[in-house]
Amino acid sequence: MAGALINVPANARRGEIIEIKAMAAHEMETGFRRTQYGQVIPRNIITTFVCTYNGAEIFSADFHPAISANPYVAFSTIATESGTIACKWSGDNGYSLSQSVPIKVD
Amino acid sequence: MKTRSGKSAARREFLLAAGGVVAGMALEPATAAAPASGAKATVAATLESIRRVAGSATINPGRVKLDLPELVDNGNAVPLSVKVDSPMTPSDHVRAIHIFTQKNPLPDVATFRLGPRAGRAVVSTRVRLADTQTVIAIAEMSDGSFWSGTADTVVTLASCLEEL
Repeated sequence: MAGALINVPANARRGEIIEIKAMAAHEMETGFRRTQYGQVIPRNIITTFVCTYNGAEIFSADFHPAISANPYVAFSTIATESGTIACKWSGDNGYSLSQSVPIKVD
Repeated sequence: MKTRSGKSAARREFLLAAGGVVAGMALEPATAAAPASGAKATVAATLESIRRVAGSATINPGRVKLDLPELVDNGNAVPLSVKVDSPMTPSDHVRAIHIFTQKNPLPDVATFRLGPRAGRAVVSTRVRLADTQTVIAIAEMSDGSFWSGTADTVVTLASCLEEL
């Protein structure tokens, strides 16, 4: 299972502002829903998202149950050098998922 | 024509009443789970959450543009985009953006932390909305000031309350 998608332009000019779109496959169970027998379905969400560019943190987010299933976030960064853009999602029940994509800057 | 409209009015009343009972039943677990009951208490909870983020700082209206669809068919995935008017330089940039709702079971939606490397202060995501309501975005600047923007949206199919 892929688990996560990160969309970054493969090539960028130095100094250009690029958009990074990241999405993880996760149900984001709110903890407010019930089964037809009235039992609360326990909360199970991704709580934090961190994006690094060649090891330096450029963006992070805290998610709450109000974030939709398969949490999607789009943000931007300045292309500084070729390297790797890595994203890490972590959450309830020890959930952790990392994925990275290369970027070429000239 | 008259009888028809009278009939449909009666039908509407009945549907409203029936809907009220069903909605009441559906809402019960939600109100039991959340300490707040009714919109007012939730607004107080929203203010409390905002104060937890901003402390005693003044929150100025402006500089934040929150984009939400005016009419939402499905509250489970509502595209939300927030843009802050900032040069995004090392000396003057947006440190964080916080999103709050007034009528969801919990007021907090998300916090985004960014810095001068972002280039521009624009963040998009998808959120759940439990009701027709006002959504609030608060931006925390590098100079310690807070700015806010709001968006109103009408939700026809609410998130959070459905059964499995």
